[in-house]
Amino acid sequence: MESVIERIHKGHFSHFHGGIHPPEQKFLTCTKPIASAQIPEQLTIPVRQHIGQAGDIIVAVGDKVLKGQALSASDSPMQLPVHAPTSGTISAIKASVIPHPSGLSETCIIMKPDGEDTWCKRKICPDYELLSKGQILEKIANAGIAGMGGAGFPTQVKVGTLAKIEYLIINAAECEPYITADDLLIQEHSPTVLDGIKILDHLLAPKNILIGIEDNKSKAIDTLKKATADIEHIHVCVIPTKYPSGGEKQLIKILTDQEVPSGVLPSSLGIVMQNVATCFAIADAVINDTPLIKRVVTVSGQALEKPQNTWALIGTPVGFLTQNCGYKNKQHKHLIMGGPMMGFSLSNDQIPVIKSTNCILAPSEEEIASPYSTGTKEVECIRCGQCADVCPAQLLPQELQWSAKAKDQQQLTNLNLFDCIECGACAYVCPSQIPLVHYYRVGKAEIRQQKLLDIKAEKAKVRFEARKKRLEREKIARAEKHKKAAEARKARMNSGTSEAKTEKSAVAAALARVKAKKAQSSTDKNASPQESGNEQVSDQKSQVANAIARAKAKKLAQKAQLTDVQTPKNDSDTTKVDTKEASAKPKSENAPVTDKKAKVAAAIAKAKAKKLQQAKKTDDSVAKLPETKTDNDVNAALTDVKETAASPAQDKKSKVAAAVAKAKQKAKAKADAKAKTDNPVELTAKSQAKSATAKKEASPTPVEVIEVVEVVEESDSISAELPKQSAAELKKAKIAATVAKAKQKAKAKAATKNKTEKPTDLSSDETDDSISKKQEKPTSNNDNSANKELTAPVTKNSIKAKAAKLTKAPKQSAEELKKAKIAAAVSKAKANAKAKKLAKQSQTESNSENSEQKDDAKANEASASEIKKARIAAAVAKAKAKKLAADATKSQTSE
Amino acid sequence: MSTVIAILVLGVLAALFGALLGYASVRFKVEGDPLAEQLDALLPQTQCGQCGYPGCKPYAEAVANGEAINKCAPGGEDTIKKIADLMGVEVQPLDENHETDNTPKVAFIIEEDCIGCTKCIQACPVDAILGTTKQMHTIIADECTGCDLCVAPCPVDCIEMIPVATTTQNWQWDLDSIPVVQVD
Repeated sequence: MESVIERIHKGHFSHFHGGIHPPEQKFLTCTKPIASAQIPEQLTIPVRQHIGQAGDIIVAVGDKVLKGQALSASDSPMQLPVHAPTSGTISAIKASVIPHPSGLSETCIIMKPDGEDTWCKRKICPDYELLSKGQILEKIANAGIAGMGGAGFPTQVKVGTLAKIEYLIINAAECEPYITADDLLIQEHSPTVLDGIKILDHLLAPKNILIGIEDNKSKAIDTLKKATADIEHIHVCVIPTKYPSGGEKQLIKILTDQEVPSGVLPSSLGIVMQNVATCFAIADAVINDTPLIKRVVTVSGQALEKPQNTWALIGTPVGFLTQNCGYKNKQHKHLIMGGPMMGFSLSNDQIPVIKSTNCILAPSEEEIASPYSTGTKEVECIRCGQCADVCPAQLLPQELQWSAKAKDQQQLTNLNLFDCIECGACAYVCPSQIPLVHYYRVGKAEIRQQKLLDIKAEKAKVRFEARKKRLEREKIARAEKHKKAAEARKARMNSGTSEAKTEKSAVAAALARVKAKKAQSSTDKNASPQESGNEQVSDQKSQVANAIARAKAKKLAQKAQLTDVQTPKNDSDTTKVDTKEASAKPKSENAPVTDKKAKVAAAIAKAKAKKLQQAKKTDDSVAKLPETKTDNDVNAALTDVKETAASPAQDKKSKVAAAVAKAKQKAKAKADAKAKTDNPVELTAKSQAKSATAKKEASPTPVEVIEVVEVVEESDSISAELPKQSAAELKKAKIAATVAKAKQKAKAKAATKNKTEKPTDLSSDETDDSISKKQEKPTSNNDNSANKELTAPVTKNSIKAKAAKLTKAPKQSAEELKKAKIAAAVSKAKANAKAKKLAKQSQTESNSENSEQKDDAKANEASASEIKKARIAAAVAKAKAKKLAADATKSQTSE
Repeated sequence: MSTVIAILVLGVLAALFGALLGYASVRFKVEGDPLAEQLDALLPQTQCGQCGYPGCKPYAEAVANGEAINKCAPGGEDTIKKIADLMGVEVQPLDENHETDNTPKVAFIIEEDCIGCTKCIQACPVDAILGTTKQMHTIIADECTGCDLCVAPCPVDCIEMIPVATTTQNWQWDLDSIPVVQVD
C-alpha cells in the first residue's frame, strides 16, 4: 500500500463524501493586490474575539495607547489579549454590537486613533530557533493569536499540544466561493508565511508538513512551490476544488485519507492544522514582536465598485471597508460577514472586523437576496435526498430537519447533529429552499442550552441535598449542645460547692413556688367540694354573670359620659347598677366577706367616679356650685382647728389636719346632698364616723397626713352609694389641702422672718384664701393682692417668688398624689377582684349546698384564707402608695 | 409414559427458571425507587416549592405515587411532556394555580438596601446567598435557581428577580426573529 506522501506526489487524493461546486466568484478580487490598511475615525475592539474567555481589561477610558500595546491581559490559556491596532486614545469601554449572528452586544474598547500610528517598543527576534518552545508559545499567546480561518480557537493551545505530530497541515484551501484573502496573502507574503510554517515545524516537529491548496489558485501554488522547493518535508498538495474541502475534517480526509471520529481532536491522530493567515501572524509575532492587530479581509460582492482584498485593522467598522471599496447600495444595506456559504448577515455596518473575519460580502440583490427584502420561500421537504448526497459529514439532513422541527433533542443527538459543520451544502442544493442549516443551529443551541440547564440542575440538586444534610446536622448538634449544657449544669449543682448549693436552693425555691402556685390554682378551682361538678358550673356561671354586670355598668358609665353626665337619670341608673351589684353580693353570713364585698363595690364605684370625673371636668359650673355651698362648713372646721392649736409647731400639723378635715367635710357635705336621694342616714353616719377616725389620726407626721387622706378616700369609696361626684370633690379638696399645707409652710417661714404677731391667724386666713383661690378662680387675684398687703413688711420680691412657688407646688403634689392613689386603687382593685371571686364562690356554695354543712365550712375556711391573702396584698399596695405619697411630700417640702 | 416425561421436563424447567428468577431478584435488587429517581432527573431542580412539595425530589416521589404531573411551573410544558412520556400518561396542561412565566431569572440583592438580616439566606434552598448578620448579602448568580423564595422574606424588599440576560453564550438562534437593522 502506497504511503500518503507517495500518493500526494502522484497527485492522488482521496475524496470526502458529498460536497458541492458553487459558482466561482474569486475572480472579483484575486487579481488585485492587497490594499494597505487605512485608519478609520474610530476603532471598536471587542474584548473577546475568540473561543474562550475575554481577557481582563488593563486600560481605562482616556488612556493614551500606542500601536501594539496590550489592552487586556490573560492569565489562562483560553483567555487571549487584544491590542491597540494603532496609537490613540481610549474613548470608551462599553457594550457594543459584535460580529455574531445574534447581533448581541458585548464589551468593547472604543478607541479614537490619533493618526500618528506610533508603535510601542518592540523586540525583533531574528533567530527564533534560539528561543525555547515555551518562549515561542508565550509570544504567540501574548500576541493574542487565534485561528484566523473562522473558528477563532486560541493558537497557542492548538500548537502547544504534547501529542506526537505526524502531519502538520497548512490550510490554504479557501473553499468559499468569494474569498481570496489567503490566496493573496500567499502571493504577496510567502516568505513570512513560510517563516510561520517553519516556526510551527520547530514547535511541533512533525514528520511531514502538508500545505493543502485548491487548484483554482495557480499563482499562490506557484509561489508556494517555489518557496518550499528546498524543504524536503513540506509538500504542497494541490487538491481539486470542491466545497467544503477547507473544512478541517474534510481536508484531513482528502490529504491523509483518515477520518477524524466524532468528538475526537485531530491531534489525537497526530494531526495539527493551521490556517495560512495564522502562520503569517505567528511569524509576525515571534520574529517582529507584532501582535495580531491587522489581517487581510476580502471585501467583495457585486454591490461594490472595486472589490478587493485589504489589510484591515482589528476593530475597523465594516462600513469603512465597504465605503473604501465603493459600496453603491445606500438604501438597502446587506452585508455578510464570512463567505456566502457560512457567513451571517450583519445588522449594521458599524460592526468591527475581528481576528476571525476573512471576508465582508456586499452582494447585489440578484446575487444573494437579502433576508429582509423577501418573504420566506421555504416549502415542504419533498424527500428528494439531495441534501444527504452532498453532506460532507455523511449525516441525514432531512431527518435532522424533521427532528429539529419537532424539537426532538434525543433524536437529534442520535443523528449526530453535532458532527454537522454547518457548511450549508444541504441548504444550497435543497430544491424546497429549506434553510436547513438554520434549523440545525437552532437545534444545536437548544441542546447546548439544555446541557447547561442539566448541569445547573444537577448542581442545584447537589446543593439542595447538601443543605438538607447541613440543616439536619445543625439540628442534631444543637440538641447535643443543649443536652451537654444541661448535664454540665446538673454536675455543677451536684458538685457540693457553696455556689452549687445556692443554685440548688434557688432551683428548689423556684420549684416550690411553682408547686404552691399549682396547689393554689387547684384550690381556687376546687375550693368548692371536689365531688360535685355542678358547683363549678354554677361558680362559672356566677362569674360570667358578674362579668356581664360589670360590662353593663361600664357601658352605662360610658353612655353617661357621652351624654350629659350631670343628668340625674343616668346617674341614678349607674348607681342602681352599683347598688344592685353591691346588694347582690353581701348575702353570706361571714362578716369579713361582706366587708370585702363592700370594698369591691366601692372599688367599682370609685372607678366609675373617676370616669365621671373626667367627663365632668368639661363642665365647670356644676362642679362649682356645691363647692361654694360648703364654704361655710369649711370655715367652721377651720375655726375649730384654730382653737385646738396651741404651740406653733403643733399649729402647723393641726392645720394640715384641719385642711384634711375641711376637705373631708366638703366631700361629706356633697355626699350628703347627693345621698339624700338614696339613703342619707346610713351614709352620713358612716362618713361621719370615718371623718372622726380621720381626725383622730391627724397626728404629727406628714406621712400620716397622707394616710389620713387615704383613709378618707377609702371611707368615701366604701360607702358604695356615694355619688361619683364626691370622688372628684374629694380630689379637689385634697388638692386644696396640699395647697394649704404648702402655703402654711411658706407662711411659717415668712412669720419667722417677719415676726408677725399673729401667725396662726394669718396662716388660717391664707389657707382660706388658697382654698377660695382654688375654688373660685376669678377671685384669686384679689386674694393674692390681699395676701401681699398682709405681708407688707416683707420684701415684695420674695413674696412674689413664694407665690409663684406656691402655685407650682400644689400642681406637682396633686399629680404625685394622684399617681399614688391610682397605684393604690389598682392594687386594691386587684385584691378586691380576688376577694370578690372568692366571696362569690363561697356565696354560691352556701346557697346551693345548705344541707351539706361540712363542705360549707370547708369552703368558708378556704375563702377566709383567700380573703386574708387579698387583704395582705391590699395592705402591701397601700403601703406602697403611702411611700410614694411620702416621697411626693418630701420633694415638695424640699422645694 | 410420554405425558409423564413431558410433565417432568416442564416441571424441571419451571423449577429451574423459578430458581433463576429468585436468585436474580435477590442478586440484582435495586435500592430506592428508580421511578422517582428518573422523575427527579427530569425536574428542573429549582427547588422552588411551587408544586407544594419542599423541593424537586419530594415532588418526584409524590408523582411516582400518583400525584398530578402538571404542577412544576419552572419546568413548564416541556417537563410535563417528559414526565408524561415516562409515566405513560396523557400530557396535561400546567396546573392553573401554578401558571407563571418560566423565563429563567436570577435573584439580585440591591446591596445598598440590604440590612443584613439573613432571612433570605435561611430561605434559599441551594445556599446561593452569601452574607452574615448585619453584613451585606449577595447572590451567587451561578448557583441561583431563580426560585423566588428569597424575595418574600426580605423585610426591606431589596431582592429583585432579574431575567437572565441573553449573551452570545446562551443565545438561541431564532428563525422567526426580525433582524435588527440600524436605520441611518
